[in-house]
Amino acid sequence: MIERSLSSLSSALAAGEISSVELTQLYLERIARLNPTINAYVTVDAEKSLAQARAADAQRAAGQGGPLTGIPLAQKDIFCTKGWLTTCGSKMLGNFVSPYDATVIERCNAAGAVILGKTNMDEFAMGSSNETSFFGTVKNPWDTACVPGGSSGGSAAAVAARLAPAATGTDTGGSIRQPAALCNLTGLKPTYGVVSRYGMIAFASSLDQGGPMARSAEDCALLLNTMAGFDERDSTSLDRPSEDYCRDLEKPLAGLKIGLPKEFFGEGCAPEVMALVEAAIAEYRKLGADTVEVSLPNMKLSVPAYYVIAPAEASSNLSRFDGVRYGYRAPEYADLNDMYSKTRAQGFGAEVKRRILIGTYVLSHGYYDAYYLQAQRIRRLIANDFVEAFKHCDVIMGPTSPTTAFRLGEKAADPVQMYLSDIYTIAVNLAGLPGMSIPCGFAGGLPAGLQIIGDYFSEARLLNVAHRYQQATDWHLRQPAALD
Amino acid sequence: MSLTLEQVRRVAHLARIEISDAEAESTLGHLNGIFSLIEEMQAVDTRGVEPMAHAQDLAQRLREDRVTETNRRDAYQAVAPETEAGLFLVPKVIE
Repeated sequence: MIERSLSSLSSALAAGEISSVELTQLYLERIARLNPTINAYVTVDAEKSLAQARAADAQRAAGQGGPLTGIPLAQKDIFCTKGWLTTCGSKMLGNFVSPYDATVIERCNAAGAVILGKTNMDEFAMGSSNETSFFGTVKNPWDTACVPGGSSGGSAAAVAARLAPAATGTDTGGSIRQPAALCNLTGLKPTYGVVSRYGMIAFASSLDQGGPMARSAEDCALLLNTMAGFDERDSTSLDRPSEDYCRDLEKPLAGLKIGLPKEFFGEGCAPEVMALVEAAIAEYRKLGADTVEVSLPNMKLSVPAYYVIAPAEASSNLSRFDGVRYGYRAPEYADLNDMYSKTRAQGFGAEVKRRILIGTYVLSHGYYDAYYLQAQRIRRLIANDFVEAFKHCDVIMGPTSPTTAFRLGEKAADPVQMYLSDIYTIAVNLAGLPGMSIPCGFAGGLPAGLQIIGDYFSEARLLNVAHRYQQATDWHLRQPAALD
Repeated sequence: MSLTLEQVRRVAHLARIEISDAEAESTLGHLNGIFSLIEEMQAVDTRGVEPMAHAQDLAQRLREDRVTETNRRDAYQAVAPETEAGLFLVPKVIE
């Protein structure tokens, strides 16, 4: 049963082949057995999960419910979840039991989904390897000596190891797409404003966006149907009519115009990953798509601009962690300022501190124009590059990550090397566009991802483009060798 | 450009993060590495380019001026390090 996709599990529940309680128990048993090795989950609470499963079974028995009713899901520990420990991967929130639900959690609960547990992540979503988590590194199920990617590394490892059929993630600079690529999953970062950020612990508010991580485009579409929607409690949520993201899955791809930015196909990408990406594009040509070269001339500036904008927003957002209203407080201090400084010194890890310091610096008097405003101007140039490119194509394709999963510890000591693992994903966040990663093959036994970027609000089209490829290939069905 | 140890201490103070001398040293090295990456931006001529603060160029949505949330003070204070009589306690600020 755990080998089945979310959509197939949904049919099994509807047909009464299995109950949500039985399904939830299957996953909980597997988590108990494998999580000590993978460390994908930070918190599991069987009683709470089973109570939700019982309610879902009752709902189905009464002839009610929808596709997600009774489906167990892994929730990234960045989403505030009422009555659950919500740590965001940090010692700072190591004792924080949320008094309220994020909108994403509320919507999943309302759809009848079961929370299997909260997944490990880079501290405050700052990382590309899941090594900055206070709760230990997550192991990649394809090779436990390798990282799963980050920051949604726990969510990715959980789905890859069959510890959940699907998971939620968040993506500020690639945190859904890069771990999806490194763990052989399908992940979608929606257009900024499509999924509510209410109760999603903020890293960089103008870039953060929640989205689904699953084993197929079809499963992502089902989960996005539940996650997306206008929310008046998020001032940046977009008030638009709701969509059925499954509606175009089967549309033929004949005539699809794929833009290939020359900046994605130059140096910087491992040749074995590039070969897989090119093979995937050849497959798309077979499916009737045409390719056209496009250019994103400012793409190389996306990493520098991002490492000004994201830390600037983070330094402001994370000022709320002061030991007064929630979370960690230093045990000993002399006065109020000393309490703030010691609380934050002890509660935050090294990478989070680095980013707060960068952000504080670039926003400080005398540096604001040279760094922060300059970065925002470059952000505009990058967004304009995409506007120009989409005049010539329907979607853009390229690698998701320049390499397959790297080894634990390989880049942990060098922040700049770590930051460069997001060179292909960051521009999408700066522009606010939707982007996906789908499995496109293996190099040295490790999976690689094809990135598909669309114009604003083209999620249904992206899912269609991904789904048709998944009908013609079986990379997404490959599973890691037995972990038990 | 490169930062000085004194600037690292100053920024840490502004951010209210206590930093030891050893930490300031290692942080300085990391920050200078990151800033050498960031410096690539400075060569770009952006005169006349409107700064982009947000992914969607939309005006802030306004709402009716009415109460929409219920008072959940007890629930929210239950997770605070220290409270008394509905107040958050901090070290004495005024003698």
